[in-house]
Amino acid sequence: MNNTSDNHMASNKKYWKSVEELKENSPIVETLKQNEFVEEIPTDDFLGDKETLEASSTTRRDFLKYVGFTTAAASLAACEGPVIKSIPYVVAPDEIVPGVANYYASSIGDGFDFANVLVKTREGRPIKIEHNNLAEGSEVNSRVQASVLSLYDKNRLQYPTINGEEASWEDIDAGVVATMSQMTDKEVVLLTQTFASPSTSKLIQEFIAQYPNVRHVVYDTVSSSEAADAYQRKYGSRGLADYDFGKADVIVSVGADFLGDWQGGGYSVGYIKNRNPKNGKMSRHFQFEANMTLSGANADVRVPVTPSEQEAVLRALTGGSMSGLPENVAEAVRKAKAELDAAGTNGVIVTGISTVAAQTAVLEYNDAKGSVAMDSAKPRLTSMGNTAEVTAVMNGVISGSIKGLITVGVDPVYSFPNAAFADAYKNLEMSIAFSMKEDATASLAKMVAATPHYLESWGDIQTKKGSFGLTQPTIRPLFNTRQFQECLLKWTENSKTYYEYLRENWETNILGGASWNQALQDGVYASDVELEVLETSPTLNALESATSEGAMLTNAQEGGMELTLYTKTSMGDGQQANNPWLQEMPDPISRATWDNYLTVSAADAATLGFENFNVANGALNGSYANISVGDVTIEKVPVLIQPGQAKGSVGLALGYGKTHAIQEEMQTGVNAFTLYNNFNPVVRNVSISKAEGIHEFACVQLQNTMMGRDIIRETTLEIFNTKDAEVWNPMPMVSKDHQEIPVTSPDADLWDSFDRSLGHHFNLSIDLTACTGCGACVIACHAENNVPVVGKAEMRKSRNMHWLRIDRYYSSQESFADDFDKKDNISGLGSSLSEFAELEQASENPQVAFMPVMCQHCNHAPCETVCPVAATSHGRQGQNHMAYNRCVGTRYCANNCPYKVRRFNWFLYVGNDEFDYNMNNDLGRMVLNPDVVVRSRGVMEKCSMCIQMTQKTILDAKRDGRPIKDGEFKTACSSACSTGAIVFGDVNDHDSVIYEKTEDDRMYHLLEAVGTKPNVMYQTQVRNTKES
Amino acid sequence: MIMVKLRKLLSQLSLLLLALMLTFSSTTYAQEEAAEAAPEEAAAEDIAADLGGDPVAGKTLFNANCAACHKLYDRAVGPPLFEVGDKYDREWLYAWIKNSQELVKAGDPDAVKIFEEYNQSVMQAFPALSNEDIDNILAYTYTPKPVPTAATTGPTDGGGGGDTTATNNIILASLALVFLLLVVMLLLVSKTLRRIAEANGVEYEEKEARPSIWKAFVHNQFLVFVTAILLLLGSAYFAYGWMMQVGLDEGYAPIQPIHYSHKIHAGYNEIDCNYCHSSARKSKHSGIPSLNVCMNCHKNINQYNGEEDLENGYTKEFYTGEIKKLYEAVGWDETTQSYTGEEKPVKWVRIHNLPDFAYFNHSQHVTVAGVECQTCHGPVEEMEIMYQYSPLTMGWCINCHRETNVDLKGNEYYAKVHEELSKKYGVDKLTIAQMGGLECGKCHY
Repeated sequence: MNNTSDNHMASNKKYWKSVEELKENSPIVETLKQNEFVEEIPTDDFLGDKETLEASSTTRRDFLKYVGFTTAAASLAACEGPVIKSIPYVVAPDEIVPGVANYYASSIGDGFDFANVLVKTREGRPIKIEHNNLAEGSEVNSRVQASVLSLYDKNRLQYPTINGEEASWEDIDAGVVATMSQMTDKEVVLLTQTFASPSTSKLIQEFIAQYPNVRHVVYDTVSSSEAADAYQRKYGSRGLADYDFGKADVIVSVGADFLGDWQGGGYSVGYIKNRNPKNGKMSRHFQFEANMTLSGANADVRVPVTPSEQEAVLRALTGGSMSGLPENVAEAVRKAKAELDAAGTNGVIVTGISTVAAQTAVLEYNDAKGSVAMDSAKPRLTSMGNTAEVTAVMNGVISGSIKGLITVGVDPVYSFPNAAFADAYKNLEMSIAFSMKEDATASLAKMVAATPHYLESWGDIQTKKGSFGLTQPTIRPLFNTRQFQECLLKWTENSKTYYEYLRENWETNILGGASWNQALQDGVYASDVELEVLETSPTLNALESATSEGAMLTNAQEGGMELTLYTKTSMGDGQQANNPWLQEMPDPISRATWDNYLTVSAADAATLGFENFNVANGALNGSYANISVGDVTIEKVPVLIQPGQAKGSVGLALGYGKTHAIQEEMQTGVNAFTLYNNFNPVVRNVSISKAEGIHEFACVQLQNTMMGRDIIRETTLEIFNTKDAEVWNPMPMVSKDHQEIPVTSPDADLWDSFDRSLGHHFNLSIDLTACTGCGACVIACHAENNVPVVGKAEMRKSRNMHWLRIDRYYSSQESFADDFDKKDNISGLGSSLSEFAELEQASENPQVAFMPVMCQHCNHAPCETVCPVAATSHGRQGQNHMAYNRCVGTRYCANNCPYKVRRFNWFLYVGNDEFDYNMNNDLGRMVLNPDVVVRSRGVMEKCSMCIQMTQKTILDAKRDGRPIKDGEFKTACSSACSTGAIVFGDVNDHDSVIYEKTEDDRMYHLLEAVGTKPNVMYQTQVRNTKES
Repeated sequence: MIMVKLRKLLSQLSLLLLALMLTFSSTTYAQEEAAEAAPEEAAAEDIAADLGGDPVAGKTLFNANCAACHKLYDRAVGPPLFEVGDKYDREWLYAWIKNSQELVKAGDPDAVKIFEEYNQSVMQAFPALSNEDIDNILAYTYTPKPVPTAATTGPTDGGGGGDTTATNNIILASLALVFLLLVVMLLLVSKTLRRIAEANGVEYEEKEARPSIWKAFVHNQFLVFVTAILLLLGSAYFAYGWMMQVGLDEGYAPIQPIHYSHKIHAGYNEIDCNYCHSSARKSKHSGIPSLNVCMNCHKNINQYNGEEDLENGYTKEFYTGEIKKLYEAVGWDETTQSYTGEEKPVKWVRIHNLPDFAYFNHSQHVTVAGVECQTCHGPVEEMEIMYQYSPLTMGWCINCHRETNVDLKGNEYYAKVHEELSKKYGVDKLTIAQMGGLECGKCHY
């Protein structure tokens, strides 16, 4: 039987050579059976015609000669090295020594981000933005870090234009003066970003004095108007109350993402100050919010509530009734209220609810309590816009009552929610756009004044009353640009340059006799000087009317969903949308890159039929949704199921969906500003329906939970305070001769170790309690180490090149501790199959933890032993070296790395049109750090622990002939970390901070059990969650 | 490597030849100089007689005090001083030289005129000069401009050199003749002896016809095999040697846009390398000096008056021409002694090119280690045309790091680590390799 069937099969087995063979009586198949080719090759036509052949000037012999000559020439040419030209300065500037970096203190104030920074320049090119340590508490977030790349954006405007034609500045000046003099009786609005600049305010005043028909209106693309209105009503001047969360013991945030961009952001430094469990005391942080935010991820208690419920929560917290709240929320509110009351002056409430009433209620509450965390005397001045005024401008342009509009640093055609604005704008009598790019507004404006980047400009900022900063140019303007202030000086017939004007203003009004040069060198200046309020503040009447509209208890939710618009950590208000570093930076929460998306809770997704699923290569796919509010619809918005999203609420990031002055690859996402009605981030009555198609996400993390594994160690303050370290931070044990010994014991070790007690031995410590997940270190690492951008398609294939990633984990149960319990209690095959699968699913309201992971620089590195060419080897200083020129790209090391931190260059990312990002144009390449090699295709790369920086520190000390002090050694990530979560140093210096960290009870190594003995250590996360 | 050595041999041979030529030509220079000096001195004596000053003493004073800003026949920072005594009153000159600003302030028309003409640059006051000194200087200023002697071409024929070659040839010829005679004589003697032997009936053996060596060799397979192996090995050795020097640019001496002679600057004038390559002390780059550094000296030095190398066409005119190229690049107008602002940056051809993946820091070697520039760059002070002296290969770097001891004296950075490490290795002095200087990541990142 068997035999026959086998034979039978054998005889019938048929192999197809093409699909064509499936068709019966296919003429092609028949022909092919007879002939080699389907059609006859016209050899006869070609060779048979002797005349043509003879007429050809190239004979066969000639042809062979050419081939021979070309080959010989090519091989000869290859023997000769290229001639490299070296062109020195004709007159070298005194301060530039080729090969030595210069640092200049400066300040950024782009209307969304305000910070005091230090600019690192090499041979006159700014290449990196760093902290200015003189500016206490100032944060340099990822967008500010990345702003240096926006300087070298090839899509920048290179010259001013009039009606789309290149013009000279003289033409612009003449045109403006002529137009302005014709329009003396017509209303002209100067619509600007918040400058927070004393000198610019003064200049604008002078401009308005000359042209009284001009009205100055401040427009913040992402508004904090209600908070400023509330502050103005209560304290008389316009500003935003400042908070120092380091002084608070109980922090209750109702919809305020203060670790993100709430009211200008930058609160994490203070917040972390009181989150150090060392003294047995930490602040306690309640977060009531709809979207999962950084603040919610870091909170001790996070309660998902919809925006409508948030109003009720705030009402209950400030003394109102609890009615209308679900029981679990009410319970949390009661707890929060009790703790707030107990904390007394050390409690503080903040809110992100965009109504004047809610903001007033918070101010009143904190004020009445005497909260020490709130500073109302020195308000922040970084977001001064008023919704009513901006709306009036929008409507005025649409109705035609406003005849002229000068926009500075804002892009209203893109960001105004009313689609009719664009058409109306085109028909204005006068439209001047000051812009760095030909954005949506500039492309319609009659005159476009190309402005320089802040790194090419002079300027000043006053971020907070009394805290001043100076901006100085660090490079000559790359293009024919002129800054707004310089134009105002020209238009007011002032012969001074802006530098002279700025200096004079500072010397007369701010410095009070102090040295200008010193202030410029420091970049920051603190003074209690009272500046005359020059900014045109909205009158209180305007505020009153605005308030009546936005009473606290709107609760106008009638079915549908509530949408909370937010800004992503990477993109902010979208000014830097053409910045590939930011596009490729994973969102700290969703870990998605190159996109904005609708965040939906799992329950709502199930109801609406949305799904997220992973495809064969692991990449994430998701459904599309159509969102409509009133008559505005956004079609095909990708849906991302977000654990922790409050049921009945959805979230969508602003700043995406740009189409102007942005290269094709970076035209990502949808424009959520079209839903930003009344400049209120909460949009009610949103109807959402499933749309056709499947969206392909580029998400860098595909495993969302730890499944009870020992990756991030976390404990509660209570356990931390009361139990021994071995309970909450146990050393993994191995069995040797039936004896349990710690894995770090020499007996459990097969390896001979180097003697590391001599010289430097570098260690990096990451405090998981202090890490908020902000991602500034990721961008700092890109800038320092020339990390290439690979684009969305490659990201989707998990081929990202980030040397430093911040893993985000959700708990599967209520908390990570519950995950452990669940895993430990699994028994039996059936249970393990089902329960492990359950552990893969994130909880509805999970705990969230962040873990920055870079090369762990293992002393017993698995990668080093498997490299066949010894391209990766260990240095005595603890660094795991990677010699790119030796690497042949076997990728054995990456396969053998338990931490998955090695990155392979699948392609050439520099000068390759397939990867048309900053490394593909001369301008973008100016940002490269000349001390670090740009890697080529086919080699492995990874974190070097910034060996170029440690080597420089050592060399500087050698040259000066002095020992190195603690704190001198730095890496890009450690110096970018504003909360001090990342600490770097030499552990052989026993007086150093890093040595202290190695001895800390909280210290552990990632995957200690595998015995790699890393030089990167983590400090156990401690959360102030009370068991109850 | 072998080829490299051969190349070195070649270059040494050529150097030797060059040296030979130079020895001949230098005598010629010396004679010329003497010839030039003679009329000058004669003229000076005449002047001394005329003006009552000592031009020889004046020359010394002029070089010490005036030469920084004045030239005899050309305009420099200040006016040319040739026969300046005829232009102004002697008393006025005394006053001007001792303190020119006083005269200007007093409103002396001549003084103000010259002050304005020379861009209001203040002439240093020389109160220390006596009237007699000034007379001496003025006497020197009457030295007439030497008439440029026509450039002679190379070493002249005849002379001692020619004689020696001739005698050598004669000796050689006679020696050859003697040898030839000897050979003929020997042949004749052998012939005579054979004849005598035949006559006496002595029989001598006929040689047996042996197979030729070549045939024997071909038949011996073992020998063929061994020879083939040896040949292959030999050619592989040479091929390896040749291939190892591919991409090495030792001896690379490109033609530069301005013929800059390190021999003149670092050799004859003994200018410290770091004076121009100042960033070598504090940066990773030694840096090609910017042109304003050149102008520090060349504002005054606008012509070359040093030795010439006629063999290669490096005449005074040639060098002066190169200085003019500098002026053109930097935009210096000699007639007005001012910058025109028209700059034409010089595109030097880079000689030392490390690959991008190797990090090298000059300051580490120059400042910290105190390595002489010549250690890696060779005898730069003898290089008329700069060339790459060292191979700049990784093996070359590593060798030096293995062999060189770290000089740690007076450097507190090393104090502790050196003590501990020398205890560990049981040595007094540590090599760079022992300090960790061979680790990949120290140079590759």
